[in-house]
Amino acid sequence: MSKRRIGLGLTTSIVVALAAAALPAPAQAVTEIQWWHALTGANNDVVVKLAEEFNASQSDYKIVPAYKGSYPDTMNAGIAAFRAGNAPHILQVFEVGTATMMAATGAVKPVYKLMQEAGEKFDPQAYLPAITGYYSTSKGEMLSFPFNSSSMVMWINKDALKKANIDTIPKTWPEVFEDAKKLHAAGYTTCGFSTAWVTWANLEQLSAWHNVPLATKANGLGGFDTELKFNGPLQIRHLQTLIELQKDKTYDYSGRTNNAEGRFTSGECPIFLTSSGFFGQVRANAKFDWTNAPMPYYPDMPDAPQNSIIGGASLWVMGGKSPTEYRGVAKFLAFLSDTDRQVAIHKASGYLPITRAAYAKAKELGFYKEAPYLETPLKELTNKEPTENSRGLRLGNMVQLRDVWAEEIEAALAGKKPAKDALDTAVSRGNQMLRQFQRTVAK
Amino acid sequence: MEKQSVFHSRLLPWLLLAPQLVVILVFFYWPAVQAVWQSFLLQDAFGLSTSFVALENYADLLTQDEYREAVLRTFAFSAAIAGLSLSAALLLAVMADKPLRGGAIYRTLLIWPYAVAPAVAGVLWLFMLHPSLGVLSRGLRALGIDWNPLLNGDQAVALVVLAAAWKQISYNFLFFLAGLQAIPRSVMEAAAIDGARPMRRFWTVTFPLLTPTVFFLLVVNIVYAFFDTFGVIDAMTGGGPAKATETLVYKVYLDGLLGNNLGSSAAQSVILMAIVIALTAIQFRYVERRVTY
Repeated sequence: MSKRRIGLGLTTSIVVALAAAALPAPAQAVTEIQWWHALTGANNDVVVKLAEEFNASQSDYKIVPAYKGSYPDTMNAGIAAFRAGNAPHILQVFEVGTATMMAATGAVKPVYKLMQEAGEKFDPQAYLPAITGYYSTSKGEMLSFPFNSSSMVMWINKDALKKANIDTIPKTWPEVFEDAKKLHAAGYTTCGFSTAWVTWANLEQLSAWHNVPLATKANGLGGFDTELKFNGPLQIRHLQTLIELQKDKTYDYSGRTNNAEGRFTSGECPIFLTSSGFFGQVRANAKFDWTNAPMPYYPDMPDAPQNSIIGGASLWVMGGKSPTEYRGVAKFLAFLSDTDRQVAIHKASGYLPITRAAYAKAKELGFYKEAPYLETPLKELTNKEPTENSRGLRLGNMVQLRDVWAEEIEAALAGKKPAKDALDTAVSRGNQMLRQFQRTVAK
Repeated sequence: MEKQSVFHSRLLPWLLLAPQLVVILVFFYWPAVQAVWQSFLLQDAFGLSTSFVALENYADLLTQDEYREAVLRTFAFSAAIAGLSLSAALLLAVMADKPLRGGAIYRTLLIWPYAVAPAVAGVLWLFMLHPSLGVLSRGLRALGIDWNPLLNGDQAVALVVLAAAWKQISYNFLFFLAGLQAIPRSVMEAAAIDGARPMRRFWTVTFPLLTPTVFFLLVVNIVYAFFDTFGVIDAMTGGGPAKATETLVYKVYLDGLLGNNLGSSAAQSVILMAIVIALTAIQFRYVERRVTY
């Protein structure tokens, strides 16, 4: 019986296959464009909706989005697929993977070249420089297309400040330290203030925000022969202060990623630096009066505050595809740049608009009156024209580098070594890794 | 004699073995050879530029203090896990071996944790002992202990060892129980009649008869601690803080998969493979002699 059923099934599927093959092919073949990404939940919906809208807007190309796991997973899936000769057309890569992607000459197609060759309208000046700067060469050539960008802001529990008799939201680091001590005294004994993404907050953003280099060669944008420089007075002083404050938990360490962001929404940490993209969680979970503010700065630093740098991810176009496929990709990127569409993405996802026009329009629509916390990262990013120290980071092996830096910071905060030792070691260990990356860069 | 006369053809035994051999070659030896070859190369993530660097990846590793520390850490870590899970399982098995009412239920319950995936086990323990979310951490803090495995390396190690050992206890328990039940009752009864007290009976009769099981489990547990604790570490600490829980296998993952440093990662896998082969060989050569079968 079972044999007969299998036989029947086989026959049916063969008939179906034959029938499908016999059907007339569509007059014009649709070119499929694969888009691998790492967004989940509401942001995945945004991706799917964008693809649907684009597919409905024309009939030559079809964007096929596919979720590939976390950021590192997606990047590794893309790399593995490329090695197997089967890369997607568009790959979403998080900002720390930028150097790896950029070094892969031949594996990727720079966006400025793609747009030129496809003859799509493309004006680099239309994009917010603090955002595209991260993904451009030092000559301003855009290598990948910014998709979802965020920056780091300071989240504030206003009820807690009131409880500790603090009237104004702190603007500078000394004010944050002072307020954290007051909060500690007012009952926030396990955490006066804290930071997620320890290296992003306390090294990368700190350096850019004060116009101090993190590394030579414009933080790596000028070439891979870059050397780390973050063991300067500013960074040492900042870390040393954190070490002191960690002793009684006026500052309390919250890990290398954003795992411990819940410490803010639960009310444990009243002052918390993390991504602006945290707002959805705060809006949903915080049961107190909250807001956010720009990152604090040291007022005695002449250039502070400079501008912040971005986090998030960008879209890389992979190499080795046909001109037709590239025309479709270029069309899609132009479609994404449309002002109204950018405003809609900004509204739906909370990520930043990438063009000047979209930012202006969001302002004009009064969007920030109802959601002022969404403008904070934009104000930070556009605070001043980016300098060599604040345009972005382009360091090879960035994922590993961050781990090494975090290890040293953890040792320092645990009281095992002073700030200077920790940062010196982090720099020298990091430099070794940069030299190795430099050697593996495709020539 | 009879064994040899079964096959008259020289080809037939090889043919019968062939599927197994193919599987072993394709899934075990081929990747291993690939790893060895990769460890001699320096390559970018995309495989666009490859240069042969001979033993440089190994030399880099062996001159790194961090790598030597990782080796020592891994040994200490596996000793702790194997020791803890073996002794706890033995204790439980001896108790469960006693004629108890509802003993079957008790035994079944003890086997359950083995069905939990390592990552899930990690998350379970993390929920109990996370510095800000954990139920137990609140209790610890109430006792005046500054529980913070995010920053305190020793506590992070304790956390991971506890979770990893807990995960393996069921497996060990199962084997110990089977081993205990295979010991003839008459031997125990004879010892009891001779006037040996329970503790003495255990160490002079039960334990020696159990040594084959202990030996087998020791090998299995050390291999487990070396390789299978990955999920627990990944879910709980990610190797931190400050490398406190970064074992060799976790480092392979960090450098190879997250860092895309394939050459070094391959060299580390080869070294890891060599260490485990050596450990197992030593165990079979020296420890096995002390085992009574």
